[in-house]
Amino acid sequence: MSAGLVEGSELLRFSTAGSVDDGKSTLIGRLLYDTKTAFEDQLQHVEDVSRRRGDERVNLALLTDGLRAEREQGITIDVAYRYFATKRRKFIIADTPGHIQYTRNMVTGASTAQLAIILVDARQGILEQSRRHAYISSLLRIPHLVFAVNKMDLVGWDEAVFRKIEDEFRDFAARLDVQDIAFIPISALTGANVVTRSADMPWYHGPTLLYHLETVHITSDRNLIDVRFPVQWVIRPQSDDHHDYRGYAGQVAGGVLRAGDEVVVLPSGLTTKIAKLEEGGRAIDAAYPPMSVTVHLADDVDVSRGDMLCRPNNQPTVGQDLDAMVCWMSDKPLAARGRYALKHTTRWTRAIITELVYRLDINTGHRDEQVDKLELNALGRIRLRTTTPVIYDAYRRNRTTGSFILVDEATNATVAAGMLLGEQP
Amino acid sequence: MLRCGVVTTYRRSHLRTLEDEAVHVMRELAAERERPCLLFSGGKDSIVLLRLAERAFRPARFPFPLLHVDTGHNFPETLEYRDRRVAELGERLLVASVQDSIDRGRVTEETGPRASRNRLQTTTLLDAIEEHQFDAAIGGARRDEERARAKERIFSHRDEFGQWDPKNQRPELWALYNGRVRRGEHLRVFPLSNWTELDVWEYIRLEEIPLPSIYFAHERDVFERDGMLYAANPFVKLLANEKIKTETVRFRTIGDMTCTGAVASGARTLDDVIAEVAAARITERGATRADDRFTEASMEDRKREGYF
Ligand SMILES: Nc1nc2c(ncn2[C@@H]2O[C@H](COP(=O)(O)OP(=O)(O)O)[C@@H](O)[C@H]2O)c(=O)[nH]1
Repeated sequence: MSAGLVEGSELLRFSTAGSVDDGKSTLIGRLLYDTKTAFEDQLQHVEDVSRRRGDERVNLALLTDGLRAEREQGITIDVAYRYFATKRRKFIIADTPGHIQYTRNMVTGASTAQLAIILVDARQGILEQSRRHAYISSLLRIPHLVFAVNKMDLVGWDEAVFRKIEDEFRDFAARLDVQDIAFIPISALTGANVVTRSADMPWYHGPTLLYHLETVHITSDRNLIDVRFPVQWVIRPQSDDHHDYRGYAGQVAGGVLRAGDEVVVLPSGLTTKIAKLEEGGRAIDAAYPPMSVTVHLADDVDVSRGDMLCRPNNQPTVGQDLDAMVCWMSDKPLAARGRYALKHTTRWTRAIITELVYRLDINTGHRDEQVDKLELNALGRIRLRTTTPVIYDAYRRNRTTGSFILVDEATNATVAAGMLLGEQP
Repeated sequence: MLRCGVVTTYRRSHLRTLEDEAVHVMRELAAERERPCLLFSGGKDSIVLLRLAERAFRPARFPFPLLHVDTGHNFPETLEYRDRRVAELGERLLVASVQDSIDRGRVTEETGPRASRNRLQTTTLLDAIEEHQFDAAIGGARRDEERARAKERIFSHRDEFGQWDPKNQRPELWALYNGRVRRGEHLRVFPLSNWTELDVWEYIRLEEIPLPSIYFAHERDVFERDGMLYAANPFVKLLANEKIKTETVRFRTIGDMTCTGAVASGARTLDDVIAEVAAARITERGATRADDRFTEASMEDRKREGYF
């Protein structure tokens, strides 16, 4: 048998954020190294580069460095993805830069993360940046936060230092909308409490960082209640064998679908039943997030890409006036009356910004209502009107049916990430 | 939740989760672009892409043709597999030939004992994209393969010269892919971005996908160069100190015969290979690809030019 994962093991996506020099790269290097994911040729490469740069010792942080421009500057700029696995889980790390000028990269990494690790330097305590990272994680509704208090070796493994940081942060975090927060004292450099328990901190009884990543409960992070199936692609074979075959393909965005369930097609409002659910040509009993499946309907109703199937007694909002938080991602600022292409689930429409409500200072939480634009990396609340109806939920209810992107129609650049706030009062 | 006496937790395994994502990516591309193609090399990653395309689009035909960039230096086993697989699937295969590009004077053949057609493929690929007016090409690259790839988007934009601009990538959020391009530009789309080498192998086992025989241990005439084993082949001239010997080897990647190294291995079955990959201490590119060893940033440079 293989030494690899069993088929049943789950996937956890997490992001890491930290200020420059908090030790984020060292931590990721440590995770890769201690789980034996770093390969010899990569280590060799890192040794070569360390030597050439005149580093004192092999710099594990180099394992995670990506593109040349960034290597030259010695900082992580873009989001880089890393992979490792243990017997229990497979992990995808979105390694994001910490500085405020890279807020958009942090938002990008956070958008798909189920857990965020926020690095804190034990000597510095809580900086503005750590607050910002926590705030972004909560805004993007990452269900699990871990504060890794790093460099404990440099504060003499002192419990008091750790507790002080923990208390201070718990106060702050109480105001955030995060379900699950953990604090773990570590040393990325020595490996203490990263993969193996440290004898240096006998006062700490919690899990190591890796054990926490392996066991944190993620099943209920998905919305298994509200049935949402955005139709992505209609399968209609042009062949005699499959003359009457018509399958609606897509990825389940919420709830549990079953054959026989009554469904309503939005926006048309027609109702029918699920005749059959298929996955890779085989009939299946139930479909739930994040499954990519094919749905067959009992009646010959008109359904196309961009439509949404849901249960008649649990329907999303269908509307053209949207209220949203956005992170602005373009050099060209957002301005009221600006027009953009908008993508939401599997549907493109056009939108005009009808109101810029406020800009949010993510360091202080202050809302500045005297604004007429949002610049690169700014977060703010806006209202928009779309040319065709959008079928959506509040982002806090469903991260898939509650999110959208804005695209500049002249350049096709993605210029904003949006999170819908739900029905307008 | 209790159903029929069984506790249902709605778990999804990591392999199926990766598959869900890849199928979603393919369907999204098919819906957003008019003229995509799927780059099929006969290697295991593109073989997995074919299975994912079946899962995304069957029982209908694929909404794109397959495109093979043929260096003319393929392993015969690869071509045999390619033709058999394409016939089984009943899909359309286009072949863009590096030899044609050489004959037409688009590129110049490298010379010397270390000559390779690897880099020439870029021109052949970009010419084929232009000739067929493809606006997207699905590729099997993975982020774990190489440092430059670790930052590349799943929907990755190429300008009208086919070039990648790593500093100016579109943000990619949630699973909301931006498939918009202007005339003459195209997308490279990587459904396997988040897969590792081990994931690919385990998926091949899970789905019982047949592979070309050279992925498994077999006797072969090889020679050693720069610490790697290469298949003896008509396209490479041996250096003075190099000798042909017979070894039991397998290939971890399949590319051009001139620059794809073999590893000494006794792994004759899929389970053996998976055990070996799980224990491996060297990345597949580091172990077996001369093309990636030249400089620290060689993949990044080639990708900027329009390479796979
Ligand atoms: N003493 C000590 N130094 C650390 C620790 N973690 C990281 N460092 C050092 O802090 C510096 C910055 O680390 P790096 O990982 O590059 O930080 P990044 O900018 O957050 O990626 C390097 O010199 C590391 O060796 C730790 O736990 N203890």
